[in-house]
Amino acid sequence: MAARPMPEPRVVPAPGTTNHGRRLRLRRSRRRGSSTAGQNLHGWLFVTPALAILLLFLVVPIVLALYVSFTNWSGVTSPFAGTVQRVGFSNYAALLTEPGLDQQLFGTSLRDNLYFVLFTVPLQTALALWLAVIVNNRFLKGRGLFRLAFYFPSVTSSIAITTVFIFLFQSSGAVNQILGLVGVKGPNWLYDSRGIFTVILANLGIHTPPAWSNHLFLGISLWQWLAGPSFGMCVLIILLTWTTSGTFMLLFLAALQGISAEVEEASEIDGASPWQRFRRVTLPMLRPALVLVVTLGFIGTWQLFDQVTLVGPYNQSTYTPAYLSYYVSFQDNAFGQGAAIAFLLFTLIVILTVVQRRFVKEDLTR
Amino acid sequence: MSSRARRSAPRRVLSYALLVVFAAIFVGPFLLQIANSFKTDGDATANGLSLIPHPPTVAAWQEVLGLGNAAAVADFPRWMLNSLIVSLFITAGRVFLDSLAGYALARLDFRGRRLVFGLVVATLAVPGVVLLIPQFLIIKQLGIFNSYPGMILPMLIDATGIYIMRQFFLQVPLALEEAARIDGAGTFTTYWRIVLPIVRPGLITLAILSFQGAWNQYAFFLVATVSPQYFTLTTGLANVVNGGLSAGNEFPLKLAAAMLTTVPVAIMFFVFQRYLRANRFDAAVKG
Repeated sequence: MAARPMPEPRVVPAPGTTNHGRRLRLRRSRRRGSSTAGQNLHGWLFVTPALAILLLFLVVPIVLALYVSFTNWSGVTSPFAGTVQRVGFSNYAALLTEPGLDQQLFGTSLRDNLYFVLFTVPLQTALALWLAVIVNNRFLKGRGLFRLAFYFPSVTSSIAITTVFIFLFQSSGAVNQILGLVGVKGPNWLYDSRGIFTVILANLGIHTPPAWSNHLFLGISLWQWLAGPSFGMCVLIILLTWTTSGTFMLLFLAALQGISAEVEEASEIDGASPWQRFRRVTLPMLRPALVLVVTLGFIGTWQLFDQVTLVGPYNQSTYTPAYLSYYVSFQDNAFGQGAAIAFLLFTLIVILTVVQRRFVKEDLTR
Repeated sequence: MSSRARRSAPRRVLSYALLVVFAAIFVGPFLLQIANSFKTDGDATANGLSLIPHPPTVAAWQEVLGLGNAAAVADFPRWMLNSLIVSLFITAGRVFLDSLAGYALARLDFRGRRLVFGLVVATLAVPGVVLLIPQFLIIKQLGIFNSYPGMILPMLIDATGIYIMRQFFLQVPLALEEAARIDGAGTFTTYWRIVLPIVRPGLITLAILSFQGAWNQYAFFLVATVSPQYFTLTTGLANVVNGGLSAGNEFPLKLAAAMLTTVPVAIMFFVFQRYLRANRFDAAVKG
């Protein structure tokens, strides 16, 4: 078991339970049949409010939106109005198979989100693990304070913290001032839409794409696929690594506290160095938590949205499919197209979730 | 042992130094945020890294708190009230309805329980961002777009909360409820009077997570409302940051407003942090 067990519930003697005579009297007259029928009724009474809201605001809307993704609904009238046309798979085709602006925007958003995922997941996982191992050290003074400092960013509002980061990453902002102190001229982070790999290659003297990389995939060339995250996206990578590692640190901490001190001490007495101890003893025991953090990371990072609504206006290279779906719907009034993007993203995340379930279950039942 | 202690002394200093650097990276942005909210617009833009406002001014805070000139393009006090109203309703609803459903799924043997539980688990997997268009659709169809009911009702239940509460109820010794039932207590009385007080840590956890989630919620309110009178602090702040003011950078104002958005959840977090240590992940890990 990776996590610390839940606190043992405090058992409060309920009024009446100490009345032994009464309890005995009632036990004799207990009837099982009536209690089952009562449970049937009460069970449904108890779950009905929750069930009704889940159905009305979750299940029904999803079905409605699936319908909308096959229409050209503009968001003004009812989606069932006579003016709304059913367009078959054309919204999906425009994204996946038909070359054009829609496909190009979708492909670009997939690329940008993919780079965000590929950078953020390893960074946040490594940082969270490192912080957890350090904060878990019994001899560290002020552990609680450090833990608080590392966890705090993850409880703040995404919008509030993105506002702060936009301020810090201005071209003459705090980050570039710090970089200036060590002699580095920082880029114009928020506005710079060049991919960092492209910039590195350009610095190495490679400016023109080789012929093979002109092949198009989802509306953009292989050369564009290989561009790497833009500087604007790098701000989001740093921001999300910073805000999520505290949460994942807590998860690792819970797992670390499940490793008995004896195991650690035994390996210590055996003469293992701290690194060996971490590599051979701690890390294998953290495997379930590690799998969970990585898969939660993969699912979460494909849903980047809030932060993009603030950074996106600076820089289109930070658009994610989630934001593109919103933008196409609410700014361009092409709700059918937007819903289609949402369902493609939904499919992607469900696949990731199913894979995650399989992995996590395997690990936790061992 | 003593030789090892000697060897590890410099290492300990080094790791402390590294830790302090990291703590600075985590706390630094908040310190800069506070410092710059007391600066003039020009000072914040030119000397963003300085922790000392020169000259210091409370102009941004006056405007955010509604004490400044009445040209309220950005009605932060109203938005804060909206945030508070909506968050309190959502928290109360979730604590009551999630625990009610969680109890039924943990303890009451009713026909269709597995099906309902399966649905709850399935909705756990639905990513929030793909729900934006569907939820906009349904609240528009129901005629509650751009209203308090439209902001509150869809958020009144979350599957995670039901799941967490179910896990807590499963830990309660069965004998307790049997004793209560034998004493003649009905199902609701048993739940309300006997089981619920025992899972208080679970209820507090759920309340904290619900309030935090509602207070920080942005994406849903963005699609559920359109008038500034229904803005919350998050949607209002985002509107201001995206150029709702259209008069220069105004970074001190934006940073002060961001601080205002952060503080209530921060206070709650500091007060209740002992409840949040590991509990919130037990359900996820055990799943």
